[in-house]
Amino acid sequence: MPVEIDLRYVARLARLELGEDEIATLAPQLAQILEHAGRIAAVATEHVPPTASPLPRVNVWRDDEPEPPLPVDEALRNAPDREGDRFRVPRIVEGG
Amino acid sequence: MVGGPWEPVIGLECHVELNTRTKMFCSCPNRFGAEPNTDTCPVCLGHPGSLPVPNREAIARIILIGLALGSTIAARSIFHRKHYFYPDMPKNFQISQYDLPICVGGALEIDLPDGSAKRVGITRVHMEEDTGKTTHASASGRIHDAAHALVDYNRAGVPLVECVSEPDLRSPEEAGAYLRELRALLGALGVSDVRMEEGSLRCDANVSVRPVGSDELGTKIEIKNLNSVRSLERALAYEIDRQTRALEAGEVLVQETRHWDEDAGRTTVMRSKEEAFDYRYFPEPDIPPIEPDPAWIEELRARLPELPRARRDRYVREHGLRPEVARVLVADPGASDLFERTVALGAPPERAANWITQDLAALRKAGEGRVGPEHLAELIAMLDRGEITGASAKVALEEAFATGDPVPVIVERRGLAALADADALAEAVRAAIDAHPDAVERFRAGNEGVLGFLVGQVMRATGGTADPRRVADLLRERLG
Repeated sequence: MPVEIDLRYVARLARLELGEDEIATLAPQLAQILEHAGRIAAVATEHVPPTASPLPRVNVWRDDEPEPPLPVDEALRNAPDREGDRFRVPRIVEGG
Repeated sequence: MVGGPWEPVIGLECHVELNTRTKMFCSCPNRFGAEPNTDTCPVCLGHPGSLPVPNREAIARIILIGLALGSTIAARSIFHRKHYFYPDMPKNFQISQYDLPICVGGALEIDLPDGSAKRVGITRVHMEEDTGKTTHASASGRIHDAAHALVDYNRAGVPLVECVSEPDLRSPEEAGAYLRELRALLGALGVSDVRMEEGSLRCDANVSVRPVGSDELGTKIEIKNLNSVRSLERALAYEIDRQTRALEAGEVLVQETRHWDEDAGRTTVMRSKEEAFDYRYFPEPDIPPIEPDPAWIEELRARLPELPRARRDRYVREHGLRPEVARVLVADPGASDLFERTVALGAPPERAANWITQDLAALRKAGEGRVGPEHLAELIAMLDRGEITGASAKVALEEAFATGDPVPVIVERRGLAALADADALAEAVRAAIDAHPDAVERFRAGNEGVLGFLVGQVMRATGGTADPRRVADLLRERLG
């Protein structure tokens, strides 16, 4: 079944800037992927609980024991910019 | 146009930081007030390839909260990724829960000002992680022209419990009572520091207004930035008034999120429904489902302490406390614990409660002191035996708070023992009379109020060690 997708909306949500030529290429490709997912959804699975994890395990957890955190310079090593010991990022605009 | 009278419909979403030793999905320390970015690791910094592993104690604590609220503990629960772009979330998603939270349903019973009780429904209680802290700063120090934001990720990944109420609250006062009751409950469970001023308990409110008697819900407005019970009540009162006026003027309200400005005392628009986020929730593939063993849940149930409501009732019933005193005491687990232990040492409950909720509470505002139950019991006993005066007792309490020394040692060291020496007392009274002939004259002319002044002079001269009632008697005797 054909699947409608608003690629511009999806791109905006993912903060991707796509050109018209990219949209022309990607839209049919993404539609194809979604059609495939749609075929899986069509299989009768009412009696199968949804799979939340591909791993056949539950309750993988750890004890509440602290371990040494990273040294602050190590933590900031990948920061694009820093001010003192804080990450410095562009100003945040609500709803942007 | 629909006419009034109107009623507000309110529901609260409360966020609670758990006071576990470590974060939710990594072993970084969970503590308040550390130097920026000193409690981070590849997991809470969102580095590619790092693997989140849930903290079992945090799961235990949310189950405790659920049990205390009478929620159903889900046999199977999963985590979801909630996507949004904001620099306080380094992964660009928050690990949260969506359609399968750990605790479902329940209720919190609150006391209303008229003495009746109300059950407020709980929709769900779910587990998530807190975000980092962002501050805006510019060279000028002003926020509005800041070109950059600075981020500290110490708080990113701290275990955060979200508790969502049903829209059962009908006034700002009810909402305030709910928030206070929830804070007392969480404090009694010991699962969180519940300090609103430090952000370990936060609250957003959903409020709409509808004609009284209507079953339909009006347009829902969400209010954010409510940092105290007082802010919550003020913001709701403002918002109910604003919405009612708008509806009466025939306006159509739109669903939106508003920001409470504490200083200005009003709410302003943050974002409308059109700008609402599309979080694209999907199951977190890195964390297998949580299926708590029923035996473990029963173990946790057995760990539940006496809850605030039951404790308040018991204080009124067994110890004869007034309900409002019991409320103040139980709202603070430290105070409540101290009360129990002081009474266990034989102190009269009402006296112990008064000292704890008044003089000691004033001292504890500045931080935890070193006063234990033995200090209070001794202080009250010495007062009752007439060995110290009320004024001296306050001084002794202050010093015990600072030093932790036994009360009799402090009384001895500071010369606080009640002035039992009749001659010394008589001398102090005579000196006060001699020093204030005007006051003496006015008292003799029938001005009773002057007696208090003279008593005060004697108390000052004796460093508070004289018994004010005896002083008053002696003064009357001399001046009569």
